[in-house]
Amino acid sequence: MDEAAVLASETVPSPSVPVVVEARGLNVAFEADGQRVNALTGVDLTISRGDFVSLIGPSGCGKTTLLRAIADLQTPSGGTLTVNGMTPTEARQARAYGYVFQAPALYPWRSVARNVMLPLEIMGMSRSERAARADRYLRLVGLGDFARKFPWQLSGGMQQRVSIARALCFEPTLLLMDEPFGALDEITRDGLNVHLHELWRRTGMTVVFVTHSIPEAAFLSTRIVVMSARPGRIIDVIENPLGATRELGIRESAEFLAVAHRVREGLRAGHSYD
Amino acid sequence: MIDVARGSAARILPVVTVLGILTVFWYVMAIPLNAPRLDLDETAGLSTLARAAWSMDRPILPAPHQIAGELWSSVLFHPLTSSRNLLYHAWVTLSAALAGLAIALALGIALAVGIVYLRTLDRSLMPWVIASQTVPVLAIAPMVVVVLGNLGITGLLPKAAIAGYLAFFPITVGMVTGLRAADPLQLDLMRTYSAAPLAVFTKLRWPMSLAFLFPGLRVAVALALVGAIVAELPTGAQAGLGARLLTGSYYGQTIQLWATLVMAALLSIVALLVVGAVERAVLHARGGRL
Ligand SMILES: Nc1ncnc2c1ncn2[C@@H]1O[C@H](COP(=O)(O)OP(=O)(O)OP(=O)(O)O)[C@@H](O)[C@H]1O
Ligand SMILES: [Mg+2]
Repeated sequence: MDEAAVLASETVPSPSVPVVVEARGLNVAFEADGQRVNALTGVDLTISRGDFVSLIGPSGCGKTTLLRAIADLQTPSGGTLTVNGMTPTEARQARAYGYVFQAPALYPWRSVARNVMLPLEIMGMSRSERAARADRYLRLVGLGDFARKFPWQLSGGMQQRVSIARALCFEPTLLLMDEPFGALDEITRDGLNVHLHELWRRTGMTVVFVTHSIPEAAFLSTRIVVMSARPGRIIDVIENPLGATRELGIRESAEFLAVAHRVREGLRAGHSYD
Repeated sequence: MIDVARGSAARILPVVTVLGILTVFWYVMAIPLNAPRLDLDETAGLSTLARAAWSMDRPILPAPHQIAGELWSSVLFHPLTSSRNLLYHAWVTLSAALAGLAIALALGIALAVGIVYLRTLDRSLMPWVIASQTVPVLAIAPMVVVVLGNLGITGLLPKAAIAGYLAFFPITVGMVTGLRAADPLQLDLMRTYSAAPLAVFTKLRWPMSLAFLFPGLRVAVALALVGAIVAELPTGAQAGLGARLLTGSYYGQTIQLWATLVMAALLSIVALLVVGAVERAVLHARGGRL
């Protein structure tokens, strides 16, 4: 890369920033009881390295389905989808992403720390490295003192934070998060938003983030994808004008409120459909 | 602490009550059942009748204290290696049952893994597994013993085979359920790590199935003991609780017969307690939940 390209890449998205997720005319349909449900229709979306993309939209609009398609947990019925320039299957086999499910999906017979270590065991990391990473990422989500507890001894929100530590601990460059903070109180949620923002800033990873919270989407994202249901589709993509460094105070600024307003308008337009 | 004490008292009280009622009922029933064999004149009072009925040599129904006395003297007044000691016979049966249980575990788990992982086995094998349990052991046991005997295999192995034949079924059924019990999200998680099938087995399916193994194992232990005892009946075995039952009934020694039955019951209680202890140890290692 020459100097001009480096300069260009530091401003707005340009061809020199690698594309992480590319969807063109993506369709996903479910066949249930002979009825066809179009969970996603004609989705066009390009996510570049370092993007923080939020998916927001009414329940059932296909947010989870889109995330699962990217993760190769769901096979599209039409269109094209690439992840890191590969098919989703190849990307999954290359362990391209970490996934935080809508539910914690912890293994109840494993302690909190051993749950976090699960991907590290599968990926063949040494015992000492596993322990160090579990400790580091449990601290990051504020659960450093709960390593030896078992999932049933934790609240729902704490379990969800364990699952976030589990997705972070192998340091994927692409993080897919499905309503990770849905079960948390406002204050914990604020704290984790700040942590996630800082982690994203520091590591330069790419995040695709599903949420129902407009302020959360506006605070975290570089781009907000507004979706609508029946059929599931993208109705607006909002570039977030907020600077790269953010703290919670920003949520009172006029710029922030303008973004939030636009998201709300988009959501409302999508809802008037039914 | 008080709660614990009250808890165990609350659990023991009903058992003791039932036991007391049964004992009284037993003593009462022993009188009419044994009376026809007594040679008493018409004028004998009820107390004479009862005392005689409860102390016969070969009663139809021995009184509980006679059975307890027989157990007691057999265990304490004969060396452990003597064929007059019931513990010796219990050990002979137990060792066959344990060997059978080992066979059942190996076979049951192997079958379950095959059934869960190979679709063709699920269709072809499962009906046979179920059908195998509809054939009565009493019909199978002599055949197995004779066939194996002709092959020169005698002693412990034929008995273990019959015990294993009975005991593998609950283990297979429990493990098939357990190996399939992982929920879709837990499986998806493995998929996101692109985990090899072996890792999915060792880190998800197998630990998941342990919760389903123990209920099956309890039933299997009881069945293995029954299988070992039944296997001793037709073999003309010299030792074992089954052999002891057979000689007891052959010579009309009902007290010996009942003492042997009680010993068999005690043996399965101890075996179940051991399974319970193993389960608790596993439970402890997994943070108190299976
Ligand atoms: N496995 C499935 N089989 C059949 N239909 C499905 C399946 N999964 C999802 N759907 C349908 O696809 C549509 C999109 O579902 P999806 O889970 O992606 O919604 P969502 O946007 O994540 O909703 P929420 O905000 O409630 O999580 C829904 O109408 C749902 O009924
Ligand atoms: Mg969802």
